[in-house]
Amino acid sequence: MADIETIALVKDIDVDKYKYGFTTDIESDYAPKGLNEDIVRFISDKKNEPAWMLEARLEAYRRWLQMDEPTWAKVHYPKIDFQDLYYYAAPKGSAAPKSLDEVDPKLLETYAKLGIPLKEQEILAGVRKQGEKSELDEEGNEYTSGKVAVDAVFDSVSVVTTFKAELAKAGVIFCSISEALREHPELVKKYLFSVVPQGDNYYAALNAAVFSDGSFVYVPPGVRCPMELSTYFRMNAKNTGQFERTLIIADKGSYVSYLEGCTAPTREESQLHAAVVELIAMDDAEIKYSTVQNWYPGDAEGKGGVYNFVTKRGDCRGSRSKISWTQVETGSAITWKYPSCILRGEESRGEFYSIAISNGRQQVDSGTKMIHLGKNTSSRIISKGIAAGRSDNTYRGLVSAHRKATNARNFTQCDSLLIGDKCGAHTVPYIEAKTSTAQFEHEATTSKISDDQMFYCMSRGLSQEEAVALIVNGFVRDVLQQLPMEFMAETQKLIGISLEGSVG
Amino acid sequence: MTLLNIDNLHVKLEDEDRDIIRGLSLTVNPGEVHAIMGPNGSGKSTLSYVLAGREGYEVTEGSVTFKGEDLLEMSPDERAAKGVFLAFQYPIEIPGVATMQFLKVALNAQRKARGEKELSTPDFMRLVKDRAAKLNVSQDMLKRPVNVGFSGGEKKRAEILQMAVLEPSLCILDETDSGLDIDALRVVADGVNALRSPDRGMIVITHYQRLLDYIVPDFVHVLSKGRIVKSGDKSLALELEEKGYAEFTQDAA
Ligand SMILES: Nc1ncnc2c1ncn2[C@@H]1O[C@H](COP(=O)(O)OP(=O)(O)OP(=O)(O)O)[C@@H](O)[C@H]1O
Ligand SMILES: [Mg+2]
Repeated sequence: MADIETIALVKDIDVDKYKYGFTTDIESDYAPKGLNEDIVRFISDKKNEPAWMLEARLEAYRRWLQMDEPTWAKVHYPKIDFQDLYYYAAPKGSAAPKSLDEVDPKLLETYAKLGIPLKEQEILAGVRKQGEKSELDEEGNEYTSGKVAVDAVFDSVSVVTTFKAELAKAGVIFCSISEALREHPELVKKYLFSVVPQGDNYYAALNAAVFSDGSFVYVPPGVRCPMELSTYFRMNAKNTGQFERTLIIADKGSYVSYLEGCTAPTREESQLHAAVVELIAMDDAEIKYSTVQNWYPGDAEGKGGVYNFVTKRGDCRGSRSKISWTQVETGSAITWKYPSCILRGEESRGEFYSIAISNGRQQVDSGTKMIHLGKNTSSRIISKGIAAGRSDNTYRGLVSAHRKATNARNFTQCDSLLIGDKCGAHTVPYIEAKTSTAQFEHEATTSKISDDQMFYCMSRGLSQEEAVALIVNGFVRDVLQQLPMEFMAETQKLIGISLEGSVG
Repeated sequence: MTLLNIDNLHVKLEDEDRDIIRGLSLTVNPGEVHAIMGPNGSGKSTLSYVLAGREGYEVTEGSVTFKGEDLLEMSPDERAAKGVFLAFQYPIEIPGVATMQFLKVALNAQRKARGEKELSTPDFMRLVKDRAAKLNVSQDMLKRPVNVGFSGGEKKRAEILQMAVLEPSLCILDETDSGLDIDALRVVADGVNALRSPDRGMIVITHYQRLLDYIVPDFVHVLSKGRIVKSGDKSLALELEEKGYAEFTQDAA
């Protein structure tokens, strides 16, 4: 009996199941439609940026004009008309809210609806739990969550950042990148574009030209950031691209854990999202960067949905530095994303833990690059791809060792799980070792949820969908455990939701 | 009321023209323990799968009612919520899912389906700890993924633990005794006996009369080629042990 038989015909995913699909009815300021140098100037002007920033943007724009859209990824979509988009949309009056009291209540409501509490008082008073209690872990303990500081980005602007004062006491700077450009220009100038240069790739160049907001984090030497930091991106305005830029610097011997979450309303038109994230870890510093991406995936026929073209790169600049990427990708119509580590410092370490779930007509082409430059550097890649419906799910990864990267070590494990017989999973590993001392290990598996597992779970009382969710949660467990405790339970639920309708 | 009534059941494989159960009738009342014995391939596991709702089988004739309802119309999870439990002959592995978590999800799914409140975590923990201790199931085993790397005997004990936590009204044990050492057999039998109650029925499938010394049945049935060819009380098991199946199965061919 074939494994797929119990998993009868694949039911297409239902738009209604995307529960973050609501629209916030709010008046916005837009830049004129389309893209040209004036739009770049408009954005820079809106943000009161220093002159050098405008120059850098214009240079990026000019380079972008010379570049071609990449076509090597295993994704297909109609050509994007870059002149048919708005490049800036901001809720009216959101320019520079100083405190929560000044934030439009409609925005606060939006975030509350998304489960993102912005009211510090409530969190402090314990009125509202942040995250939720985690599911029972294997020891039967329950973890209540700690405090999490949030930077909330709505379309093109950051509307509020919480717990700033408390973080400032520890010397940690956590604010929107627009604010950082005004308040800490020297720091931004020193590090911006130092990991992902303006002309790095097509989407990175576009982002450099028009990025509107994003988060900035600086952790001073020897400081362990006292709470989780997070940014919540919300795309709301129609026909508007979201181009955020995040820059995180962990100075010598510091530690920070950062999480980003993203959702967007259900729309018929596709929405473009081209973000850039740059991480810099100095000697003995550690950055843990987690993403829970749940952009609108499009409807059953593949109509609408977010095109997610993202460049994320971390630079382990110092010796013994460590950068770890953890991503849970459940949304977007198209995902094109390869969070990478440049292992420059001696004995530095890079990690990539990924859960990528595709359903309906979603297309995911994601993976990582581990570039070993320094001596005794090590990296670890654990990728779990789950394909359901008519989706396509590709892991694409590069592990390379420079001539000087003696004793570079990598361990890669790529596991794919197929649900139904109309989806595809692909693994495309690239390995380049220019030193004979490098030790690279690669393991890959592809499996299906078996009839026996489904029947066993159902005979214990689980519905078909609960059974799939449980088995998939087991499959991704190694990666799930890398997420901050506060977000584990929520993520487990999200995995269940994104697989709804994957079996008939 | 009768708990389970199987009437003239005929079952064939869905994708092969081969009859496996061929006119089987059996009635289980609350409080009764029925043992089913029979040679390899006689259809014992098939019967248990059909009762639990596994796909791949087709009922061509006959009926099964459970607590007065048509059991064959229900999905496996509906049957579970109504009180059917099958301890598998070969329990299935679910990598990455801790046994404890599995138990909690299963119990709460059943409670939800019955319109009951989900059990709080402390109450659940108390329940599992109590049942696990009685079955000599260690905390360590509860943390390990469902059946992954369990020894044969551990798998069987884990099945009975699930049963003890879920408290079904019809327990079907498919060769739960095979693979158990003598001490484990005792522990498992004690666990099963603890679940015997006036409102719970059991079907115990086994090859060995030894188990029936511990779990003393009210009835013993001999299954051969998809039919019950002889029924009796517990002395039938002793007789089988002595004479083998040949005498009972010849005329069934
Ligand atoms: N899915 C299946 N595909 C093919 N044959 C099957 C299937 N299920 C059952 N059978 C056949 O049906 C017959 C009965 O099998 P079943 O597993 O019910 O026997 P059993 O009485 O439990 O035997 P044992 O004592 O060895 O456990 C066997 O001949 C078996 O090969
Ligand atoms: Mg059997």
